[in-house]
Amino acid sequence: MSDKPTPAPIANPGPDMIYQQALAAGMFKIQHCAGCNAYVFYPRHLCPECGSAKLEWVQASGKGTVYTTTMVRQRPEAGGNKNLCVVELAEGPRLMSRVEGIAADEVKIDMAVTAEIVGSGEEPKFIVFRAEAKQ
Amino acid sequence: MSTQGIRGKAAIVGVGISEHGEVPGWSHFELMAQAVERACADAGIKSKDIDGVFAAITPSGLPVSMVSEYLGLQPKVLEGTMLGGSSFVNFLSWAALALDAGLCEVALITYGSNARSSKRRPGGDLVPYESPFGPRLVDGYAMAAARHMYQYGTKREHLAEVAVAARAWARLNPKAMMRDPLTIEDALKSRMIADPLTLLDCCLITDGAGAIIMTRAERAKDYPNKPVYILGAAAEHSHMQIAQMRDLTVTAAARSGPRAFAMAGLKPTDMSLAMLYDAFTINTILFLEDLGFCKKGEGGAFVSGGTIAPGGRLAVNTNGGGLSCLHPGMYGIFLIAEAAIQLRGLAGERQVAGAATAVVHGNGGTLSTQVTAVLGTAETL
Ligand SMILES: [Zn+2]
Repeated sequence: MSDKPTPAPIANPGPDMIYQQALAAGMFKIQHCAGCNAYVFYPRHLCPECGSAKLEWVQASGKGTVYTTTMVRQRPEAGGNKNLCVVELAEGPRLMSRVEGIAADEVKIDMAVTAEIVGSGEEPKFIVFRAEAKQ
Repeated sequence: MSTQGIRGKAAIVGVGISEHGEVPGWSHFELMAQAVERACADAGIKSKDIDGVFAAITPSGLPVSMVSEYLGLQPKVLEGTMLGGSSFVNFLSWAALALDAGLCEVALITYGSNARSSKRRPGGDLVPYESPFGPRLVDGYAMAAARHMYQYGTKREHLAEVAVAARAWARLNPKAMMRDPLTIEDALKSRMIADPLTLLDCCLITDGAGAIIMTRAERAKDYPNKPVYILGAAAEHSHMQIAQMRDLTVTAAARSGPRAFAMAGLKPTDMSLAMLYDAFTINTILFLEDLGFCKKGEGGAFVSGGTIAPGGRLAVNTNGGGLSCLHPGMYGIFLIAEAAIQLRGLAGERQVAGAATAVVHGNGGTLSTQVTAVLGTAETL
């Protein structure tokens, strides 16, 4: 019936935990491979391009473009239509995400977008994107 | 000339398909057993003759063990590699190898599902960097279709052509679930699910099971049916999560296809029919391109004007496919079954005259695993 002891912090976490901890601290980090110069997302232990373990963490630029996109059709009571897309980061890797701040049907392939960290409470944070203001 | 791999080493000697469509009150293992019963009757064997079991059935954790227990078998070869819907085309290779090596004498490939009656939706692998966005299976395919349209000018009308062709074939198949007439206009007016894919661009969710019996080639002639030989097969993979797919307009079929055709010593133009896993209409277009029936980006134009419909230049998905015949979650085994039925000349009203060769192409995950097999009659050996 006693309080659970606080678990000791993990001394040497793996790539996924490092990524999540950075997100929780407000930083979007990706990996850069010293072996082949590729940027890597999602976080890995070995570079998927060349197999090197020399992956170092770098701050992502947060800049990207929409590689492909769909409008997920949902009834209004289920939350209404929403965007789902794959964004290609300026550094090269892609990730699944959504574009927020504009209507789902206004998201287009090749649109310039900027990353934003979202998520609340104890849930893991994740990356969404905002369309850059039109010039 | 290097190895011919498994060319001509094993043959399909029995095919069974359970009741399908809507079969309430039947579990997936019960439907599986009905398909096995029919495949054994077709091959003229007793189920106890089976000594190699190749199965993938979700959500069973140990499907090969469950199938073997259910059928009362003690197989000498147990294989259950999970590649999604392409698993069964992949099993053709491993069953042929096991038979050729003498590890077993009678191989069973099987699948069963009551996805429709149980209201359990296929898919649902939790992938760590995509799950926050809750993607459904259809969404990944929709994004592939969107990219194909963007790069190559493919139109919704092209997707609709695929749905209409599948329906036209289904209308010739008394066992197909959807047999009402369908026009391009109907398909275009259908409810949008994930742009640009509508309800009619998506496969059915049905109940159903399939079973394939295979033996070594030299024993195949001892069975009552015309054997259908495995002439070539190859598996490839490009990604698990859709965002990791390098080019959403090119699947790993562009690698599995040429390898399977090379093993068979045949070309796409040699094929009497093509069974292409049509989970969504865009799949058919992608696979026609990637397997070499037309150039990349030209799949939309290729399917236009009824090319793949009955009476067209290329017979594709002659049972009506996943779009109009049946799709109980993992459809791959039904591609093999229909190809074998055609090559044996037993397809009735939908029979492709003189069918001697078939390419069977399975897809798994979100365009993730791609497995191609080339099948042929004795004359093609
Ligand atoms: Zn590298």
